[in-house]
Amino acid sequence: MYRILRKEVFSASVKLLEIEAPRVARKARAGQFVMLRVYEKGERIPLTVADCDPERGSVTVVFMEVGKTTRMLGSLEEGAGILDFVGPLGNPTEIEKFGRVACVGGGVGVACIYPICRALKQAGNEVVAVVGARTRELLFWEDRLREAADELLITTDDGSYVRKGFVTDVLREVAGREYPPDRVVAVGPLPMMRAVCGVTREFGLKTIVSLNPIMVDGIGMCGACRVTVGGETRFVCVEGPEFDGHQVDFAELAQRLQRYRAQEQEALARYEAECGGRC
Amino acid sequence: MLGGGDDGRAGKKKKIIPRRVPMACRDPQERIRDFAEVALGYTPEEAMAEARRCIQCKEAGCRQGCPVDVDIPAFIGLIRDGRFEEAAARVQEQNLLPAVCGRVCPQENQCEKFCTMGKKHDPVAIGRLERFVGDFELARDREAPLVAPPTGKRVAVVGSGPGGLTCAADLARRGHTATIFESLHKPGGVLTYGIPEFRLPKRVVQAEIDVLRRMGVRIECNVVVGRTVTIDELFDEGFEAVYIGTGAGSPLFPDLPGENMPGIKSASGFLTRVNLMHAYQFPEYDTPVLIGRRVVVLGGGNVAMDAARTALRLGAEDVRIVYRRTEAQMPARLEERHHAAEEGVRFQFLSVPVRYEAGETGWLSRLECLCCELGEPDASGRRRPETVAGSEFMLDVDTVVIAIGQRPNPLIQATTAGLDTSRKGTIVADPATGATTRRGVFAGGDVVTGAATVILAMGAGRTAARTIDAYLRGETDPWSG
Ligand SMILES: Cc1cc2nc3c(=O)[nH]c(=O)nc-3n(C[C@H](O)[C@H](O)[C@H](O)COP(=O)(O)OP(=O)(O)OC[C@H]3O[C@@H](n4cnc5c(N)ncnc54)[C@H](O)[C@@H]3O)c2cc1C
Ligand SMILES: Cc1cc2nc3c(=O)[nH]c(=O)nc-3n(C[C@H](O)[C@H](O)[C@H](O)COP(=O)(O)OP(=O)(O)OC[C@H]3O[C@@H](n4cnc5c(N)ncnc54)[C@H](O)[C@@H]3O)c2cc1C
Ligand code: SF4
Ligand code: FES
Repeated sequence: MYRILRKEVFSASVKLLEIEAPRVARKARAGQFVMLRVYEKGERIPLTVADCDPERGSVTVVFMEVGKTTRMLGSLEEGAGILDFVGPLGNPTEIEKFGRVACVGGGVGVACIYPICRALKQAGNEVVAVVGARTRELLFWEDRLREAADELLITTDDGSYVRKGFVTDVLREVAGREYPPDRVVAVGPLPMMRAVCGVTREFGLKTIVSLNPIMVDGIGMCGACRVTVGGETRFVCVEGPEFDGHQVDFAELAQRLQRYRAQEQEALARYEAECGGRC
Repeated sequence: MLGGGDDGRAGKKKKIIPRRVPMACRDPQERIRDFAEVALGYTPEEAMAEARRCIQCKEAGCRQGCPVDVDIPAFIGLIRDGRFEEAAARVQEQNLLPAVCGRVCPQENQCEKFCTMGKKHDPVAIGRLERFVGDFELARDREAPLVAPPTGKRVAVVGSGPGGLTCAADLARRGHTATIFESLHKPGGVLTYGIPEFRLPKRVVQAEIDVLRRMGVRIECNVVVGRTVTIDELFDEGFEAVYIGTGAGSPLFPDLPGENMPGIKSASGFLTRVNLMHAYQFPEYDTPVLIGRRVVVLGGGNVAMDAARTALRLGAEDVRIVYRRTEAQMPARLEERHHAAEEGVRFQFLSVPVRYEAGETGWLSRLECLCCELGEPDASGRRRPETVAGSEFMLDVDTVVIAIGQRPNPLIQATTAGLDTSRKGTIVADPATGATTRRGVFAGGDVVTGAATVILAMGAGRTAARTIDAYLRGETDPWSG
């Protein structure tokens, strides 16, 4: 059992858990992920490491409740346990002194962008964080990002906070500045990362995206996570999760993510029926 | 029913019983509707009758055919006399997992191939007898094998497949503290995540693993060596030797255009969902699995058979195995081929896939193949399949399961300095000792040989345990000179 040390509720569907996992905490770097299984009959799901504390032996994840597993995870309270927790998986983000880097985060991708901003800044980069959310209540960690980045730009789809629009609108402005970023890192929903790549391609900016295919084992054994990058098949769990965004076949990945739609909905509907809507 | 005749011990001339005692199997029509075991094993009477067929050769060929040198005539003789406990003990001297091996070893290419009886008649059913003693052991509350007094030495075993389990058990018997690190949440390797329940019930695997635990072997799951902890860090933690038995789990693909469209999956992914994640019990278990109506499985090994038979059980209507050579060259176990055919799996020999075609929704809808004929022998000694120009044909499919081989995953190789690997990503190790090119590090099983068999992995684990023991005692040093 991996114990939940702390829980924070950002909104009805976005939650943070700090989980006791000393081995993982010692090793995790920005850009890596974990796989967890909540209970005996549960699925293994991947979540990005949002933070870790080697001294406390803990790893922090932030997730959006979208289906049965994330719902169950969100219903757990401090002190409760998670059955399996394995990691860190995937390769860490490439951290070097690139110069100026724009980090773009959408939705829960904001949590994934935070450790990347921090590491890039520590490596001597000037970091511009661009984050977006559908609406104000879905935005979190503004304070942390302000510390980790040199500049923080915020958008909301509905204009309920700071500026109305999409991260791509802001990114377009940043890209058009006198000193444009030397590199862009984007983490968020697939359509967002795809749109970001559209903008940066216009400006010729190198762009790294963190892909989120369906995974089963996370250590290169099932092949479920394969994507086409630059015309070649790559396994996201061992060769990624980050790739050159301009090489990724996003259309194919989007289609692959739909494979289990019907079953996912069935599992969620059953779960909701079982707990009488209390979850 | 017992194969007839007297038991052959009394008379001077042994009476030959030409045919083996059949093993009961569930009816194909019934068994393809569930995941319960297909072959039911021998009753004690049947086992004794089959054991009576063994003529107890002085120069027992069967024994030479056994990769771990089980004393076959001896254990069969004990079964014949009804001394099942002693028979089991005899097998376990060399093989800790008889209930597993009795079910999955390709006996027809090993012990049974060399059985004297087999020259003119059916070979003795050594595999079924081994399974019988294995099951006999599991059914009673057996004691764990004795372990030597603690030596205070600690060894890390990476991977809990048959090779890692055997290595850890042998180290424990010699008094060393063995800790197994396993990346998945359940131990057993392919026995747990690959081979389906209907062929190898998971309770059998778990029971064999429980024996190890009772011998004092520690198993830490959820540790990915190379990511969670490196080999170097294991030495820092105080382990004095490391055995790598991480298998060959990473699936290969034929590299045809469109390979990543929905509807195309690897056999390992498919079988992992079904076995490890219990997807056949969805929605009771949360992990789903998809199988279409018309399924093509590419490959001709045990993995392909398992995938095809699993697809049938999940409700596929038409399951076809497409294999590029002929039936005689299929590497799958004979028994599995028979079982698959009985269950309605169809075989398309001498064919290779060349192209996938997506339907309107973007999902796979057709597979184009070419016919082959057999040419000159290749490096494996088998005649090489060569495609016949203009022989294209189309199959309507909604799912293709690829079972054309696996290679090791690269995690340890990429994070361990001084560990030589081959071009195929396997770890280089001396077959006689298990020693790798890195001091204190041993390896064996599929990660060294590429995808092979359970018993060979066990043999490698055992060889390494012997060398590790001598190395820890300072009696040998594979890295000197
Ligand atoms: C490397 C990686 C890192 C991730 N990091 C985060 C994170 O930090 N925070 C977060 O909220 N989400 C993250 N995700 C996505 C998260 O894993 C899925 O939201 C989760 O698996 C959904 O499970 P569910 O049972 O709740 O939903 P389901 O009902 O199973 O599915 C809902 C939707 O989630 C997606 N999904 C389903 N299963 C998986 C799976 N095994 N892997 C990936 N996506 C899946 C599909 O698009 C699906 O339509 C990450 C995914 C990957 C691959
Ligand atoms: C579907 C299928 C059917 C088969 N049928 C048969 C059969 O009928 N008869 C037969 O003899 N053989 C069969 N085989 C082959 C046989 O199972 C293998 O040869 C055998 O299991 C190899 O054993 P192993 O100990 O080398 O490794 P494996 O059984 O592959 O176990 C390796 C273990 O190491 C773990 N691991 C991997 N990487 C790491 C890491 N970095 N850190 C920690 N742990 C790690 C894996 O999770 C796994 O549990 C079959 C194989 C498959 C896939
Ligand atoms: S070769 Fe056959 S008959 Fe001879 S001892 Fe072995 S099993 Fe018995
Ligand atoms: S998740 Fe199984 S290979 Fe990547």
